[in-house]
Amino acid sequence: MRTSECDIVVVGVGGQGVILISEVIGRAAMLAGLSVRGVETHGMAQRGGSVINHIRVGCDFSAMISPGGADVLLAMEPAEALRYVHYLSPDGVALVNTRPVMPVTVTTGQARYPSIEEILVPLREACSQVWAMDATGLAATAGSPQATNVVMLGALSRHLPIEEATLRKALSETVPARFLEINMKAFELGKIEVE
Amino acid sequence: MREYLLGNVAIAKGILEAGAGVVSGYPGTPSSEIVDFLAPLAKEHGVHVEWSVNEKVAMEVAIGASWTGTRSVVTMKHVGLNVAADPFMTLAYLGVGGGMVVISADDPYCHSSQNEQDSRRYAQFARVPCFDPADPQEARDMILRAFALSEEFGVPVMLRPTTRVSHARADVEVGSPGKRRDEPKFEKNPARRVALPVHARPLHVELLEKQAVIEAALANDSWNRSEMKGEMGVIASGISGLYAAEAIAEIEADVSLLRIGAYPISRKTVGDFLEGVKRVLVIEEMDPVVEEFVEMVAKERNPDVEILGKRSGAVPGVGELDPLTVRNAIAGMIGLPGRAAPKMSPEVLSILPPRPPALCPGCSHRATYYALRKAFGKDAVFPNDIGCYTMGVDMGTVDTCLCMGASITVGAGIRFGGEERGICAVLGDSTFLHSGLTGLLNAAYNGARMTVAILDNSTTAMTGHQPHPGTGCTACGETSPALSLEDICRSLGAGFVETADPYDLDSTIETFERARDYPGLSVVVSRRACVISAIRAGDRRPRFAVDSEKCGGCQVCVKFGCPAIEFDGNVAKINALCSGCGVCAAICPSKAIEVVK
Repeated sequence: MRTSECDIVVVGVGGQGVILISEVIGRAAMLAGLSVRGVETHGMAQRGGSVINHIRVGCDFSAMISPGGADVLLAMEPAEALRYVHYLSPDGVALVNTRPVMPVTVTTGQARYPSIEEILVPLREACSQVWAMDATGLAATAGSPQATNVVMLGALSRHLPIEEATLRKALSETVPARFLEINMKAFELGKIEVE
Repeated sequence: MREYLLGNVAIAKGILEAGAGVVSGYPGTPSSEIVDFLAPLAKEHGVHVEWSVNEKVAMEVAIGASWTGTRSVVTMKHVGLNVAADPFMTLAYLGVGGGMVVISADDPYCHSSQNEQDSRRYAQFARVPCFDPADPQEARDMILRAFALSEEFGVPVMLRPTTRVSHARADVEVGSPGKRRDEPKFEKNPARRVALPVHARPLHVELLEKQAVIEAALANDSWNRSEMKGEMGVIASGISGLYAAEAIAEIEADVSLLRIGAYPISRKTVGDFLEGVKRVLVIEEMDPVVEEFVEMVAKERNPDVEILGKRSGAVPGVGELDPLTVRNAIAGMIGLPGRAAPKMSPEVLSILPPRPPALCPGCSHRATYYALRKAFGKDAVFPNDIGCYTMGVDMGTVDTCLCMGASITVGAGIRFGGEERGICAVLGDSTFLHSGLTGLLNAAYNGARMTVAILDNSTTAMTGHQPHPGTGCTACGETSPALSLEDICRSLGAGFVETADPYDLDSTIETFERARDYPGLSVVVSRRACVISAIRAGDRRPRFAVDSEKCGGCQVCVKFGCPAIEFDGNVAKINALCSGCGVCAAICPSKAIEVVK
């Protein structure tokens, strides 16, 4: 028996606004009358480290998603997509921002950052569908690279059991009013990208 | 009212609902957001909320408040309870006035901690009741129950959330904030409040006698619930109970489940459950607290039952559990195959660069470490402490990390143990005020020849930028006297106390050289605001850039380790993360790094 309607793993780098995505989906799920669970990375790992959040919509159990159980992997950063792809079900979908954030191990020359193709090939083998997009570039087009997370949320909107209008309402209640226009545009660009 | 809340916020809302009048704590992941959330609401609700200087202090403040009849809460992370263990243990004897809840948040897998200790053991040790919530809703509900239980039996009650409860979010049903008690007053009663031996002996007897009635009261609580569905059974505590419930639903198997949420565990509940099963799997994170209890009860009630758990190897003894591990353990017990997690081949994963947490671009700790290494040399001994600065371990200036405040004391011990090389202990401002003061006093008193570097970024950065007595501001944003670390160090007996600005690298190195050469106990306060606080305060500094014509490709700046500096194979490059500290410009041998005008 399925124990959740939709399981999403959101990964990225500390500081990329991963928590906002959880806040918007949580608010939207409640507006839609669905139970919702999430879990976040706080503390030490936030300092530029790799972060992973779980979000479960229509779920009354724990917030933790089993490896191999996620319906969607939402990756704010390409290397992090590959690092956590084992959370994705073989039938799942990966939505990946192709703009790398270099870890300090790479900038200091201890490690090499792989090419995007090197990352995407195994990702494609691991799941049913991979959408790769320059979300950071799209966010800049919308008005601010800071809105990368909202571009990704727009892309995710097609895979959630929540109406788009509800997500937009939750977004407008979550982000500061002065950035709303940029965020709405970012959401739209992300959504179009996965059409 | 239903809200999507972080576990710690659900707990905080429960505290308001219960009408608590005093909330104290010391920041520590995963507990910090409880006080963070309450502090801005304190005035509105008439609650005294404070960040105390350490957990022992916080515990004692909450105890005093409880003794006036006011409901009180103290929050901390699990290792904070070690610091607060002294008042905690004796409080169990003396008992409370108003209900008192001790929140000790555990961190299985050490996400942000130095160990995986289990606070349930402390509750057992002190003989106080303990609630182990499975999710944010239970955590909020248990707070209300904990206050009532505390007042009913006159004992403090522990709430022990774990990281995956404190930092989970869920739709949670919460009520309106409750009212504080009227007319709080400290009632004199030496026989109950003065732990003289003559009082302690009968109070110990009283505490032991309470155990059976507390156990009976908790037996009827809804968090200890069983569902009988066959002769295969699972007993699981806290979040593990939720994992087990999901696994049983997913497998669609006939497995009986007993979930434990409150301690002391009811001997009767467990015994009744054991009589109904042939095989039982005990699932819990951290210590085998439930498992040992089950083994004991099984001897009386069903000696033939087969017990699986940590001792049999069915459940891991370390780290945190997850739904798949629990699912497979349950499947294994009933003879079903496990489900393997998808695995990427090691060749594929080997292309991934590691991404450990790191000091921020422009973090002044990196500059201080650079200066320390220049002044003391790589061969000196650098006892370290707990904070963001522990992440400097790759710079070769972090040699030990034991517990809060141990840098100075361990450093002194290393000197007295016979180490002849230079010793420079490193700790942060908040950690120094938490438990470094006594160590410095001891080092001065006993004549330790060493240097102490206080990395003062004027906040408790790692846990989310909480204020402390050196910042001139309380948890609730009220102005307080900003204590001078330099004056404190001088009055504690350090003979050499100087201040440095780590962004002024040459002068910082020179200050550390003089501290190194001082024939006694020297202190350098290396002061520069946390770069995150500075950016939030609008303190934008011009960025720096590398002149690729001048760059010799020596990689001195790259090895400095700032995430804003990259190397393209020939020359260094400064990326958009640059926050303008300018330290790389100071260390560049080719003078190739300049401010962008």
